[in-house]
Amino acid sequence: MPRKITLPLTEELARSLHAGEEVLLTGTIYTSRDAGHKRMCEALARGEELPFDPKDATIYYVGPTPAKPGQVIGSAGPTTSGRMDAYAPTMMSVGARGMIGKGARLPEVVEAMKKYGGVYFGAIGGAGALLAKCIKKAELIAYEDLGAEALRRLYVEDMPLVVIIDSEGNNLYEEGRKAYLQSRK
Amino acid sequence: MREINVSTLTDVIEKLCMEANEHLPEDVKCAIRDCRACEDGEIAKGVLDNIIENFEIADRENVPICQDTGMACVFLEIGQDVHLVGGDLTEAVNEGVRRGYDKGYLRKSVVKDPVRRGNTGDNTPAMLYTEIVPGENVKVTVGPKGFGSENMSAIRMFKPSAGLQGIKDFIIETVETAGPNPCPPMVVGVGIGGTFDKAALLAKKALMRPLNSSNPDPFYADLEKEMLEKINELGIGPQGFGGRTTAIGLNIETLPTHIAGMPCAININCHVTRHKTEVI
Repeated sequence: MPRKITLPLTEELARSLHAGEEVLLTGTIYTSRDAGHKRMCEALARGEELPFDPKDATIYYVGPTPAKPGQVIGSAGPTTSGRMDAYAPTMMSVGARGMIGKGARLPEVVEAMKKYGGVYFGAIGGAGALLAKCIKKAELIAYEDLGAEALRRLYVEDMPLVVIIDSEGNNLYEEGRKAYLQSRK
Repeated sequence: MREINVSTLTDVIEKLCMEANEHLPEDVKCAIRDCRACEDGEIAKGVLDNIIENFEIADRENVPICQDTGMACVFLEIGQDVHLVGGDLTEAVNEGVRRGYDKGYLRKSVVKDPVRRGNTGDNTPAMLYTEIVPGENVKVTVGPKGFGSENMSAIRMFKPSAGLQGIKDFIIETVETAGPNPCPPMVVGVGIGGTFDKAALLAKKALMRPLNSSNPDPFYADLEKEMLEKINELGIGPQGFGGRTTAIGLNIETLPTHIAGMPCAININCHVTRHKTEVI
């Protein structure tokens, strides 16, 4: 059974999560992709505040489709996280702790996760219609000119995720594959 | 000579953009369900169940299967006895994409310059391929292509001495490098031969071919089967979490090539391998 967790992602909660663990996540998260991350990191470099409080925050790497009439949000699956690797350590250094995406991360991101107590969650790539069902509220908060890449605040309920990399650096991509191949021997 | 007004093309492309993004082809659905039945990884089974549930929701509610509704790749096979009238063909195609992405609430994912960026706001221009064929029909295929998988594609200009083994190793190496990034289970399109550019086009066309079909040449049909099996022994599995189902299909297309070369392109797609065709 997946473990139910509720945000904010405190350091204590983050450090209790382990690679390979399936979770159902409830709470407020923020959306951002490459262009949004670039702007946020530039803002931090200028000593400005971010459009949201990064303390214990979780960022979902997603650029949703536009909502149809009556929808909270359009299809909203994860994008490839590696494109945010250049920015993720900076985001963690100001308190952001959770990342939701898909795909491999660079060693420097994993090092930052160990240092700050970060967690990298995987959502199912290509399952945008299914994941949209968990999003109960969506609100644009900044960078509207970026269109799909604008910053949004979402409220999600029981979002199905898997811990890919935990705060100790354990990695499901490596361990899951190894375990599967072992089981076939 | 048959006259076709380009506005007909606009209408068809508008419709195909929406349909392709909302409804997965039956052969792709079948391949995913077959893989679920054979899957023996624990997390993998759940992931495949979610992927099936996702395309069923998209079908039922007419919503995009994936939020990356792609660059619109448009293939036109134009009969040589057709006279296209009523305006500029390229503009008519782009207008179809523009309308389809607007009416279908699809994501606009195209930037106007590769280096300086800046969203075009309407998902144009389409990536348009035209081919002149015998007859008096126009066959229109729209294949929206997501970039999580496109980014994991590769091309290599082999020496002929690399032989079949070189091709096999390159396919495995490309899938290994792609790993979890292209949202596995993936579809692998392989183009061998021609020139640098033609090999890449063949690889893209390979992705448009139904997954329950084989290359008509038994040599390549066997190679398709062998490489799909090898890929599914890598253990990458759905989403890269470990499992059998790393790929749900692999198609190979070939062309004659130069005595000095053996180009090979590999175009990676995710499990949301979308394309829709209509004949005018």
